[in-house]
Amino acid sequence: MADIHARLSRVTRVYAAAAGYRPVHALGPVDLEIRRGEFFSVVGPSGCGKSTLLEVLAGLQPPSDGTVEFEGKKVANEVPEGVGVVFQEDASFPWLTVWDNAAFGLRRAGIDAAEIKRRVGDALSFIGLKDFAQAYPAQLSGGMRQRVCIARTLVLQPRMILLDEPFGALDAQTRLLMGDEVLRLWRRTGATILLITHALDEAAMLSDRVGVMSARPGRFLDLVETKWPKERDSTIVSQASFGEVTARLWHHLRGESMKAMGQSAPAVAGA
Amino acid sequence: MSRLAMSRVATIRLFVLVALVAVLEILIRVDVIPKRTLLPPSEMAESLVLLLISGKANQDIVQTLTCVVAALISSVIVGFGLGVLIHRVPRLRRALEPFFATYYAVPFFIFYPVLIAIFDLSLLPIILMGFAFAVIAMTIATLNGLDRVPRVMAKLARVHHMDGLDTALRMKLPAAAPHLFTGLKLCVAYSFIGVIASEFILAPSGLGHAIAYAYNDFDNRTMYALMLFLLIIVITVNMLLHGWEQRLMRRWTGR
Repeated sequence: MADIHARLSRVTRVYAAAAGYRPVHALGPVDLEIRRGEFFSVVGPSGCGKSTLLEVLAGLQPPSDGTVEFEGKKVANEVPEGVGVVFQEDASFPWLTVWDNAAFGLRRAGIDAAEIKRRVGDALSFIGLKDFAQAYPAQLSGGMRQRVCIARTLVLQPRMILLDEPFGALDAQTRLLMGDEVLRLWRRTGATILLITHALDEAAMLSDRVGVMSARPGRFLDLVETKWPKERDSTIVSQASFGEVTARLWHHLRGESMKAMGQSAPAVAGA
Repeated sequence: MSRLAMSRVATIRLFVLVALVAVLEILIRVDVIPKRTLLPPSEMAESLVLLLISGKANQDIVQTLTCVVAALISSVIVGFGLGVLIHRVPRLRRALEPFFATYYAVPFFIFYPVLIAIFDLSLLPIILMGFAFAVIAMTIATLNGLDRVPRVMAKLARVHHMDGLDTALRMKLPAAAPHLFTGLKLCVAYSFIGVIASEFILAPSGLGHAIAYAYNDFDNRTMYALMLFLLIIVITVNMLLHGWEQRLMRRWTGR
C-alpha cells in the first residue's frame, strides 16, 4: 500500500457572503490522497478552486468542512513544518539580492552562517543562478525571478512542495524548460510535489498523476495515472502516449471549461 | 535612464542654475533690479561666509535645526505608526479619509497662538507646528505604500511563520519603502516650513526670527545671508534624499 503523504477528507471551502452577495462555494467536497514522493498535478477550468485547494492543503486557509492531514497530523490553519509553497505571482523581494532572497527563510530559522552559505550556494548552482547571486530581482527575467522563489523554497529542504501555477506568467518555451528544472528538482530532493496548473500539456508532461477538477465548486472528476518513468524530461511530449494522456484530460475538461464560461458543452465531433 | 544620460541631465540642470544666478547678478549689477531691494548673489554668499565666521548666527542655526530634526523624527515615527494602525482597521480609515483629504486646506498657523498660550514661548510650540504640518503627509504616504504591498507577501509571511511585527518590519516596511520615502521627503519639507514660519511669526530666537528681525531692521545683508543659508541647507538635504531614492529605485526597477 502506498505511503500517504497528505490527505484531504470531505474537504469543502465556502467563502462567507460579501455585502449584497451570496456565499461562494469554491471547493468540494474533495477526497484526495497524495502519495509520498509523487508528482501530482491538478488541472481544472478557471475559477474551479485549484488555488483554494492548494491553500487549504498548505494551511493558508481553513477548510469550511472536512479535514486536511500532512504526514498524519491535522493541518490547522498554519503552514506545517516541511511544506514549501511557490506562488504564481512574483514573490521575490525586490529590496534583496538573489542570494539574500534565497537565504531569507534560513536566516529567519536561525540556521548558522556556514550552513546557509552551503545550502544557498548549492540551490543557486542547481537552478543556474549562481552567476546572478548579487543581482537584484529587477535585473532578472520573469523566469529567473520565479527560479529565485523556487531557490528560496528549496533551501528549506521541504518534504512537500506546493506550486501554484508558478509558470503561468512565462512564455511557452520557458515553461517547458522550467518544467525540466522542476523535474530535476523533484528527482534530486525526493520531495512530494503538488502542481496547480491550467496547462494540460504541462500537467501531462510533469506528473505521475493528474487530478482533473470540475467547474466550481471544484471536485475531482478523474485521477489520471501517466505511468511515465521517473527519469523523464520535456522530450516526452513527442511520444504517442503523451497525446493519449492530454486527450483524456481534455475529454473531461472541455465540458467543464465551457460550464465555467457559462456555456453548455456541444457534442464532440465524431462522438 | 543610463548613467551617461543621467550625468548629461545633471550637467544641464547645473548649467540652468548657474545661468539663472548669473542673470540675477548682472541685472542687479547694472541696476535693473535696485540693490536696496535685492543683493547680488555674490554679495549674499560673501555676507553668509562672514556671518558664519563671526559665529553670530550659531545659536539661531542650532535652535532651528534642532526644532526641524525633532519635528521630522516625531512626525515620521508617529505618521508611520498611525498609517500602519489605520491600514489595519478599514472602518477607521473610511471614517478618517475625509479629514486627510482636507487636512492641508486648514491654515495651521491660526493654532500657533493657542500653542504659545498653552506651552509658553518655548521650542515646544515651534516643534509642534512642524510636526502638525508633516505628520499627515507621512500617514498618507504609509497608507499608499501599504496599499501597494503585493497580497502574496502576506501569504509568504505565513509560509515563513512570521508574526505580525516581523511581517511589518521585514516584509511590509521594505515593500512599501518607495512610498515611505516620498513621505519622508515631504516630512523634511513640511518640518522646515512649519518651524521657520512659526519662528518668523513669533519666537525669541531661531533662523526665522533672525530673518524677520533683520527685515524689520533693514539689515539686508544679514537677511539675505540667512535666507541663502536656509536655501542651501534645504536644497542639500533634498538632493541627498533624492540621490538615495534614485539608488533605491534603480535597485527596485533595474533602470
